[in-house]
Amino acid sequence: MHYDNFVLPFSIGLFTLIVIVIYKFSLWIKNLPQTDKQLIKKGLFTFKTLEAIKEIILESLFHRRIFKRNPLLGYMHCTLALGWFLLILVGNLESRLHSGSEINLPFYPIFFKFFVHDRSNIPFSKFFTFAMDFILLFVLSGVLLAMTKRFYSKFFGMKKTTKMKLYDKLALTSLWFIFPFRLIAESSTSGIHHTGSFLTDGLGSLLGESLSSYLVYPAWWAYSLSLGLFFISVPFSRYMHIPTEILLISLRKYGIRQNNNYNSFSEIAVNSCPRCGMCIDICQLSSSANINNIQSVYIFRAIREGTLNEEILKNCLLCGRCQEFCPVGIEINNIRISKRKEFVIQNNKNSFSYLNPVNSQKADYIYFAGCMTHLTPKIKNAMISIFDKAKINYIFMDKDASICCGRPLKMAGLEEKANELVKKNKDIICNSGAKTLITSCPICYKIFKENYNLENIKVVHHTEFLLSLVKEDKIKLNHSGKKYVYHDPCELGRGSEIYEQPRELLKMLSDLVISNNEKQDSLCCGGCLGNLNIEEIERNLITNDVVDVLMVNNPEAIITACPLCKKTLNKSSKVEVLDIAEIVDKS
Amino acid sequence: MIDFGYQINTDRQIDYDNNNKDIINYIIKFEPTFKICIACGTCTATCSAGNFTDFNIRKLITLIKRGEYDEVKKDIDKCMLCGKCYLACPRAVNTRNLILTIQKALEKYN
Repeated sequence: MHYDNFVLPFSIGLFTLIVIVIYKFSLWIKNLPQTDKQLIKKGLFTFKTLEAIKEIILESLFHRRIFKRNPLLGYMHCTLALGWFLLILVGNLESRLHSGSEINLPFYPIFFKFFVHDRSNIPFSKFFTFAMDFILLFVLSGVLLAMTKRFYSKFFGMKKTTKMKLYDKLALTSLWFIFPFRLIAESSTSGIHHTGSFLTDGLGSLLGESLSSYLVYPAWWAYSLSLGLFFISVPFSRYMHIPTEILLISLRKYGIRQNNNYNSFSEIAVNSCPRCGMCIDICQLSSSANINNIQSVYIFRAIREGTLNEEILKNCLLCGRCQEFCPVGIEINNIRISKRKEFVIQNNKNSFSYLNPVNSQKADYIYFAGCMTHLTPKIKNAMISIFDKAKINYIFMDKDASICCGRPLKMAGLEEKANELVKKNKDIICNSGAKTLITSCPICYKIFKENYNLENIKVVHHTEFLLSLVKEDKIKLNHSGKKYVYHDPCELGRGSEIYEQPRELLKMLSDLVISNNEKQDSLCCGGCLGNLNIEEIERNLITNDVVDVLMVNNPEAIITACPLCKKTLNKSSKVEVLDIAEIVDKS
Repeated sequence: MIDFGYQINTDRQIDYDNNNKDIINYIIKFEPTFKICIACGTCTATCSAGNFTDFNIRKLITLIKRGEYDEVKKDIDKCMLCGKCYLACPRAVNTRNLILTIQKALEKYN
């Protein structure tokens, strides 16, 4: 039996980690909503599990999504995750081949090099020694990059990284030390017994036999201590994301999604946040308005620590950019909204008993302009003109007095009240007998699509509708020869994934130029109703930056498809800001 | 009692000292733009809820200042939070958060 006292820190750490992770996982799974548990039961013994494993390998080991965004950062994560995994895997294989038994104590392969010096009985022992050295070098290159990133993040193209707290720093330091200590420990052993390959044996020879024999014990102790310290710190630091992300990916594959409530699944998602800080630089509140405490990484940390407050929670545009960039793919917006619910007063029902919509008209199409469109009447008038030109038989649902769609209430966390409005509007829509609901406002569009459950009624935004009119030859478009740029509204683009229809229309009408931030990467105009706390000055800073980005190719006008974006951009833009409906009507 | 054809009105004098200062302090702390309202009434003119009822943010602000909280409570839930008033406001009063903050202040201190 191979044993030395220095295996204790490692073993205690590993044991603690396993116990805590099992405890947390079982608690989370136990607290999942019943419907979600059913989904797991249904999916567990199907191909979904295999797909989950594939996804776990691609994401947790290779870090595919980070690679896509930032190859250097991807390499760094890949070395640490894949490299470490391979070290464990190959190390285990090597030690099992040597001992010939299938059951090993967990510390045995970890400290194998210390215990066993004659490995001639292992098949391909040269290869194993070489592989272990090579993988260690691979991991060390990642550690070096990680250190560089911490002190000089610009090297990775990152302006700001997560501001860390003490326990995160402690965990980080212990992680950094693991592999250099392993290198010294294995090298000093190799210095005495010549057990290593190019890396450890090379360094071992350099150290010499006498120095190696001084170093060998302290180095193995230090290696074990840093491992133990790291394992113990995992459940209490950001590194909890390592085990939790595996669970998150699996649950997602079984079809579980974040709903309107903050539940156990949200808790798993929040614990999967690695605090990588990808959400910081791309957040416009940070880059334009210099607000640096509200980014998703800080929200999630505050949730984990129980220090979340209303002010930082409300200060978010809900533009969804961080969600688009999150390497873990956490449904950030839904979690934020579900948390907002806890901070507002979900008051008594029937706040809107004064709304008694009556509608006796019938038509094939029903048009809902939306509150914001009433503040930009040119859009509304353009739509009416187009309806007349195309001879559309329609009802103008909110011509005189509009009932809000409910999305602003929902974004503020007032779900009960929002549902009340949803019901009122749904009554009008269903009573109209219309087959298609057209709206000019992406905010309304999103909630119509997601929460109204309008069976047999097609919901379209006016960009989709106008394109279909053109395709059916009901309206004609003339190319104006002008240079336009298109601004993607958040709720229409990232929120509802409508990117191509407006572009298709604009290409028929004009020479469409591109901006620096297109489609998924588009910027929020700064006017979003999602943010309840931001000051006017800060909104203007964001808007100014967005206009600058849109103007890079000197377009003659900025085209958008959202009344709120139009109104907001108009404040800062030197060129005209038009809605797509207006130019379609004019052409 | 003899009917003289008229009656004495109840006292409408507002004693500012009787106001619950906690409420207004809470509102100003969490939504400072409460103070910059010039009572121009643009919010009221554009209001979606005001289209159907006599809901009126300008009035709400006055009532809060006077300490007539019961009136506020009766009306404030009618807001649909649509945000038109915020876009129309020439002073950039953060009306949507103001509504939420008033609700919270009344819940907390009244």
